[in-house]
Formats: sequence, structure tokens, C-alpha cells
Amino acid sequence: MEIPEELKKKWDEAVARYEEKRAALLPVLRLSQDHFGYISAEVEEAVAHYMGTTPVHIREVVTFYELFHTKPVGKNNIQFCHTLACNLNGCEPLIKQLKEKIGIKEGETSSDGKYSFSRAECLGACEMAPMMKINKDIYGPLDKDKLNEIIENL
Amino acid sequence: MTEKLITKYLELTDANKIDVFESKDGYSRIQKVLKELKPEEVVDEVKKSNLRGLGGAGFSTGMKWSFIPKDGKKPVYLVCNCDEAEPGTFKDRHIVTSTPHLLLEGMMIAAFAVNAHKAYIFIRGEYERPYERLAKAVEEAYAKGYLGKNIFGSGYDLDIVVHQGAGAYICGEESALLEALEGKKGWPRLKPPFPAVVGLFGCPTVINNVETLSYLPLVMQGGADWFSKLAGEEKSGGTRLFCVSGHVNKPGIYELPVDTTLRSLIYDHAGGIRGGKQLKAVVPGGISAPILSAEEIDVKMDFDSLRAAGTMAGSGGVMVMDEDTNMVEALMVASRFFAHESCGQCSPCREGSAWLYKIVKRINEGEGRVEDLDSMLSIAGNISGTTICALGDAAAMPVTSYIKKFRSDFEDYISDCHLPVETQS
Ligand SMILES: Cc1cc2nc3c(=O)[nH]c(=O)nc-3n(C[C@H](O)[C@H](O)[C@H](O)COP(=O)(O)O)c2cc1C
Ligand code: FES
Repeated sequence: MEIPEELKKKWDEAVARYEEKRAALLPVLRLSQDHFGYISAEVEEAVAHYMGTTPVHIREVVTFYELFHTKPVGKNNIQFCHTLACNLNGCEPLIKQLKEKIGIKEGETSSDGKYSFSRAECLGACEMAPMMKINKDIYGPLDKDKLNEIIENL
Repeated sequence: MTEKLITKYLELTDANKIDVFESKDGYSRIQKVLKELKPEEVVDEVKKSNLRGLGGAGFSTGMKWSFIPKDGKKPVYLVCNCDEAEPGTFKDRHIVTSTPHLLLEGMMIAAFAVNAHKAYIFIRGEYERPYERLAKAVEEAYAKGYLGKNIFGSGYDLDIVVHQGAGAYICGEESALLEALEGKKGWPRLKPPFPAVVGLFGCPTVINNVETLSYLPLVMQGGADWFSKLAGEEKSGGTRLFCVSGHVNKPGIYELPVDTTLRSLIYDHAGGIRGGKQLKAVVPGGISAPILSAEEIDVKMDFDSLRAAGTMAGSGGVMVMDEDTNMVEALMVASRFFAHESCGQCSPCREGSAWLYKIVKRINEGEGRVEDLDSMLSIAGNISGTTICALGDAAAMPVTSYIKKFRSDFEDYISDCHLPVETQS
């Protein structure tokens, strides 16, 4: 697959920050995902070629980490925290409400590509529990009405 | 009156901007260090301050630095651990977002002390906004000549690179972090050799938590003696940031002397239990820490006192549970976390954490059997101490402590929820 020049340039910049090229793999994958939306088998191969490693090593890394996607995600990627502080503060009824509202199950993307939803382990914002993250931003503490309002404004 | 050290910066408006930071002594401490001290003197001062690692293990920071070989054969690296994925912990996010330059100044002091010229900050992949703040701060520092060649005209060179993780709790474990930083999946390394000898790219490496590093400018400013005496328990360093969440009136960050009691933290600082309810239990140091019952909260929050009480100070994440908390569900949530986050390298942890979650989930769904509790204790016992890293122990500790301290809750739940089918068989 052809990698656009602008992305290649970003890859090179990432590599330049490290003593050893292999160390740039996570940044290179993140840049690729930001560019293509997800990491396809073709992207894995291109990255392997660029990094001078095997596609199987890239696959191993991509599948190990939570934040790399191997298929497209929705425009609004909703991650709802369900770990202890959020659980104690009632995340479960809110997760149910969210699923009903956007009409998809965990790990799914809506057919119009507007939403993806997944449960997440502690997102490091327990003082805002119950909380969720949509793309790069965090929201909390949530209740029924706040959740509705945020989803409706997406 | 409690001292505000890091909190002073957290509360300062726009402290993420370099000029605001500098107006409050920012970068004056590193300049003084570079001008007046030798690296060994910085190490000694930090040793004397009793500053302990605030990432969870509580190891003496100065001592850790002193393990770095001084033969100069290989480059030395400094790595800042901002993975912050221990449930209940959120202080590093606040530091990096609100006062990233304090961390950078601390890293400069640490790097100088161990003679590192390259430092990495490993920030968890989910912290995108904090990352943006941090990256901006690094840029500002470079623009002013505070990073790069010959910093502050001292002849000392230092580069800092911010490295984003990609979502995996295990990467908070220091050797898994190094693997991730080297472009691999985060599987912890066998120790020894310890990172101080063989770390990043096979070179001597110091790994410190964000908060540990952020205290350094304040320790150097006030002096080791002053810092160590901020708390009555001198061996534990002065203050730290406690993250309080769960059923309290005022969840948030409280910076307090480490000899503050858990009771005082909950009732005097975090506003007590919400809705005037009674306290049932507290997890005092992140989800990995053994749980304490309401009768056990007169313990001091320093590393040694909590260890003596059978638990741990860990990451400073205090999760508070009121009288209505369902302990079965709480343990199910904790076990789900570890089953999800076990990296899969060691069989006892990979298999054990999965079984623990399966069983407690079944109990929670009303299909528990009394013998499940002993099975869980036995599985937990077989994980403890049999794995490469401490995640295995962390998966076992909640199970053991919840069942030991709240056994009747589990038994009552199992008998009350017994499904008709099961009673018949
Ligand atoms: C499973 C596991 C997860 C950890 N997660 C973190 C973390 O998110 N942040 C952190 O600073 N330390 C974490 N640690 C501790 C690190 O291994 C290491 O001790 C610490 O970063 C050292 O810094 P300090 O001495 O300043 O505390 C973790 C340890 C284990 C076993
Ligand atoms: S438990 Fe939900 S953010 Fe920490």
C-alpha cells in the first residue's frame, strides 16, 4: 500500500526522537491510526516494511494494546468507565441508558458510523465518577440527565 | 495548617504556562542545583529527605538513584512513569495537566543527579489532553533554552521526549514500560538485572513516578531536613497527594503529611460519607491494596504504617465504600479489572485471574456456592509470589482481603441468592 508523503514525514520525525528506530513503533502506529482511522492489515505491512521488522511483530503489538483498532470506529468513540470508583457511583444504570439511547451493544459501531461504544477500565478520573470519555475528552460526574444532554449534543 | 507543596501549583491559575510557573519560583531550583551542587550532593540530599517512590512501591528515591553505575561506560536514561492506570489514582493527570513544568523541573534535577542526558516521559495513551499540555510545556522549555544543549548556561545537556502509551495497565510496571518504550508488547522482564543496571536499550535507567519527580524542586528548595519533618513518620518522607473517590462528599486530591490517619483523610478532608451514611470499607492505596474495614481506619497513611496494618499505601488512591456497598459486586469489579489487564505472560496470573473473575461473577449473578469462597482463596494463594511482576499479587490481594474481612457478606449473598434449581440438586 502507498503511504502518503505527509504521513511518511511524520513517521520520520517520530523515529528521529529515539536512539533506536524500533522504539518509535507505538508513535508510528498511533500516527497511522490517526491518519487512516484504524490499522488494517495493509497498514501493518507498510509499517513493518518501514520499521524493518515483520508483519507478525506489528500484529502482536497492535493486538496487545487496547487503543489500536483493527476496524473503523465511529465518529464519536464513547468509552464508559466501569471500574471501582465509577461502579460505586452507579455507572451500570448509566451504561444501560447509553446503550438504549444509541442502540448499540458493547464493542459495536452504529450503522451510520456516528457512535462506537465500549466499556473501559479506570480512565484516571475517579474524582469525576461516574465518567466517560468521548474521543479525547472526559465527562463527569454524570447522571441520567447529563448523559442524555451530552449524547444529544454530539 | 497543612503545607501546600504541589497543590500550590495545582491551584495556581494557568500554572501550565511557563511564565506563570516561573513567577512562583519555577525553574529557580534547577538553576540553583546546576550552579551550586554536584550530582552526588543532589543524590544525598534526596536520600536524606526520605522522599519515597509515589508510584506505588515506596522505595527510597535517593537510594534508587545511587544504584546507577558511575563508570560512565553506557549512557544513563531517566524515565518518568505517567502510565497512571491503577484504579483510584488520578494525581499524575492533574500534575501533567495543571503544572507540567513542575514535573519538567523535577526531571531536570533527577537527570542531573544521575548524569542522564536523555529522558522519556511515558504517558498513558488515554491521556490525550494531558499529553497535549505536556507536549506544549516541553516545547516552551526548549524555546527558552531550558532543554537541549547547555541548559541554563550550565554546560549540561538534557533532552526530554514524551512517549504516548497505547492502553495497557501492565505498562505501568517499570520493566513492561521499558518494553513498550522499545516498541514491543508490554511484557514485564525478569529481575534481576534491575533497570538501574540494564534498563532502556540495555543501559542504566532510573524510573520514577510523576509525583515523585514533581516533589524534587520543592525538596531542593526547602531542604531535606524540612521535607522529612513535614510528617511525624520521618522515614516516610513528608507529604503526598492522596486521591479520594467513592462514597465521600468531596472526592478529589488532598496533599497531606503522610502520618495523617485514614479517618482524618475521609472525615476531616474529604467531607465524610455521602448522605450521612456509615462507612463500610476503604481501599487505601489503589485497587491492588488489601481492603480495610471501618474499624481499621485509625491507621496512618505512610508506607510503613499501612504495611504493618496488612495493606499498602500504594499509589495513594483511596476508594471509600458506604454501608450499602455490595461487597460481592465490588470484588467482581476488582477481579474483572485484573483478569482484563493480566498481560498473559505468567500462567498463574493469566489463568488464575480469569478463574477468580469467573467465579466471583457467577456468585454475583446469584449462582454462588459456599465452597466457591475457599476455591477463590486457594486460587489467590497460588498466584501470590509465583509471577514475574506484582500484577499477580495485586490480583490476589483484593480476593483474599475482601473474603477474609467480609466473609459473612459473601455467605449471606450466596445463601440469599440461591437459585431454586440449585437448591433442588
Ligand atoms: C502492575 C503494576 C502497575 C504499575 N503501575 C504504575 C503506574 O501506573 N505508575 C507508576 O508510577 N508506577 C506504577 N507501578 C510501579 C512501577 O513499577 C515503579 O515501581 C515506579 O514507577 C517507580 O517510581 P517511583 O519509585 O517514583 O514510585 C506499577 C507496578 C506494577 C507491578
Ligand atoms: S474508576 Fe472510573 S475513572 Fe477511575
